[in-house]
Amino acid sequence: MHKHLVLIAAAFLAASAVVGVASAQEGENSLPHSGADINDVESLQRGARNFMNYCSGCHSLKYLRYNRMAKDLEIPESELTGNLMFTSDRPFDTINTSMPADAEGWFGKQPPDLSLMARARSVDYIYAFLKGFYVDKTRPWGTNNLILPGAAMPDVLADLQGLQKPVFKNEPDERGSANMVLVGVEKMTAGALKPEEYDRFVRDTANFLDYAGEPIKAKRQSMGVFVILFLLVFFAFAYMLKKEYWKDVH
Amino acid sequence: MAAAPESTDPSKSPGLLGWIDQRFPLSKLWKEQVSEYYAPKNFNFWYYFGSLALLVLVNQLITGIFLTMNYKPSSAEAFSSVEYIMRDVDWGWLIRYMHSTGASAFFIVVYLHMFRALLYGSHRKPRELLWIFGCLIFLLLMAEAFMGYVLPWGNMSFWGAQVIVSLFGSLPVIGGGLVEWIRGDYVIADATLNRFFALHVAALPLALVFLVIAHLMALHEVGSNNPDGIDIKKHKDSKGHYLDGIPFHPYYTVKDVVGVAGFLVIFCGVIFFAPTFGGLFLESPNFEPANPLQTPPHIAPVWYFTPFYAMLRAVPSFAGTQVWGVLVMGAAIVVLFFVPWLDRSPVLSIRYRGPIYKIALAIFSVAFIILGVCGLKPPSGIYPMLAKICTALYFAFFLLMPWYTKIDSVKPVPERVTGHA
Repeated sequence: MHKHLVLIAAAFLAASAVVGVASAQEGENSLPHSGADINDVESLQRGARNFMNYCSGCHSLKYLRYNRMAKDLEIPESELTGNLMFTSDRPFDTINTSMPADAEGWFGKQPPDLSLMARARSVDYIYAFLKGFYVDKTRPWGTNNLILPGAAMPDVLADLQGLQKPVFKNEPDERGSANMVLVGVEKMTAGALKPEEYDRFVRDTANFLDYAGEPIKAKRQSMGVFVILFLLVFFAFAYMLKKEYWKDVH
Repeated sequence: MAAAPESTDPSKSPGLLGWIDQRFPLSKLWKEQVSEYYAPKNFNFWYYFGSLALLVLVNQLITGIFLTMNYKPSSAEAFSSVEYIMRDVDWGWLIRYMHSTGASAFFIVVYLHMFRALLYGSHRKPRELLWIFGCLIFLLLMAEAFMGYVLPWGNMSFWGAQVIVSLFGSLPVIGGGLVEWIRGDYVIADATLNRFFALHVAALPLALVFLVIAHLMALHEVGSNNPDGIDIKKHKDSKGHYLDGIPFHPYYTVKDVVGVAGFLVIFCGVIFFAPTFGGLFLESPNFEPANPLQTPPHIAPVWYFTPFYAMLRAVPSFAGTQVWGVLVMGAAIVVLFFVPWLDRSPVLSIRYRGPIYKIALAIFSVAFIILGVCGLKPPSGIYPMLAKICTALYFAFFLLMPWYTKIDSVKPVPERVTGHA
């Protein structure tokens, strides 16, 4: 009687096999895992500090309010107004920047608002981007980026990370001529932070931008656990009720 | 004077209900449509998706009303107003995720609901009109989902609208004027967003609700089909009740509550833990505002349109026009309306059909899923070839149906339904 269900299951398996083979052919181009944890409030606090000190000069978070951030990240009001707010904004304002609207003339591109960068790209992307600057004399600011080739942004964190130089590998093309391909970066000069300290700095900053992209994220997930538990209990009762009603159906 | 006849008539209810019943057929409607609507007792898992589609429709209507309270349908404010809902409106994030996840859930339950009809022959006589109403609902749902997707005014909203609306431009003679008429401008712009909002929140939902009512009226007129595909009206007991039928209420109301609970576990799982569903339900480029100067790296429609989008791309341009792909995509929907007449099998349910229909349906299902994947991927590698093959298989399933269902072997159909779930 349930033979056709088996048939359908087989069909879906066949479909997923085809899809699996097809996507395996593409070759994954995945970013390194940042290890950012949206539930780590201390990491988010450090990320907020990093953002306000190193990023907010040029980048706004125009959808995030200072006081919302302070509340979610357990930052006292005195700390917020004393150490994290550098503009004439009030705590209920959104996080704007003093960058003038015609900064395009300076960078070739207006520094983008970062409210939703973690949602549009991903937290791993931001992490890799901030670790991907390398020296490139052909660029206006003398640096380029592994993740975003031709990035308009200068390497503002060079003091912390130190400079990196590109690593090329010769991958001859089909006619055998030399073809230098950029495969990575390596350390050139030391920065103020040790490599693992810099990784943490970047991870915290990326983590904070993940929070800024969706401030409710951590709460949504913890709330979801209770919602699902409630629904499972509800399901059990609904199932027992159905069994009871259907006892007399033969 | 003798007592008023209604007070002695035992079939009339006393009190407030009686007062209403004398003025409006409340008890009569309840009895006819719910408590004495006899449904076959052997509904299985596949029969949950009708009531779930209704649940999702109500979810979309209610969350949609609350979203309109804070959404601004203008190209200057739309994107920011969605972020305002996500951040500053109390529980706005939940309302928005319920609506965005509901859109995908709607298509999941509707696709499974339609698949059920193909399994058990639910579209066959006397349910042809019921099926046609269903196809119209599916068509309207696609229009509703497309226009809803444009409203957040993200970059994928903009470019998706650009691609889909320009399809009409490939129609000969009227194409150019038609596209301008739809957009209300020479480009996708504020006027387009404004009218899509009007259609999305007023015109299409209204039409959808009327069609759903017509769909249910047609269902209750002819009665539900069942997994055995046999008529339960032939066998009645001494009181005239169907032997294989049970009242919809309470039997199927309590059963559907179980289905609802199971559905909500998955639905809320997505809302609370994966609202973007890895970029399938909410696409990453849509977290950037609409930008007419910057095309997203890869434009793909939302997953529920991708099978049809893959068919569009699978057809090459011919005689200097792209219109063939558009016509094929349209035909893929139109052909659905004819299924009740394309199917010539003497039996309804797959349980009593021969191997040909089972294999055909399996191939069709696989082809449809592969088309969905092809539509998500850039048209390179093996995908264009896969899409071409699967487009052919999709149409072969329908267009060859009159022949293969006729020559297929059948098993004897029982007089009474087999078992109950």
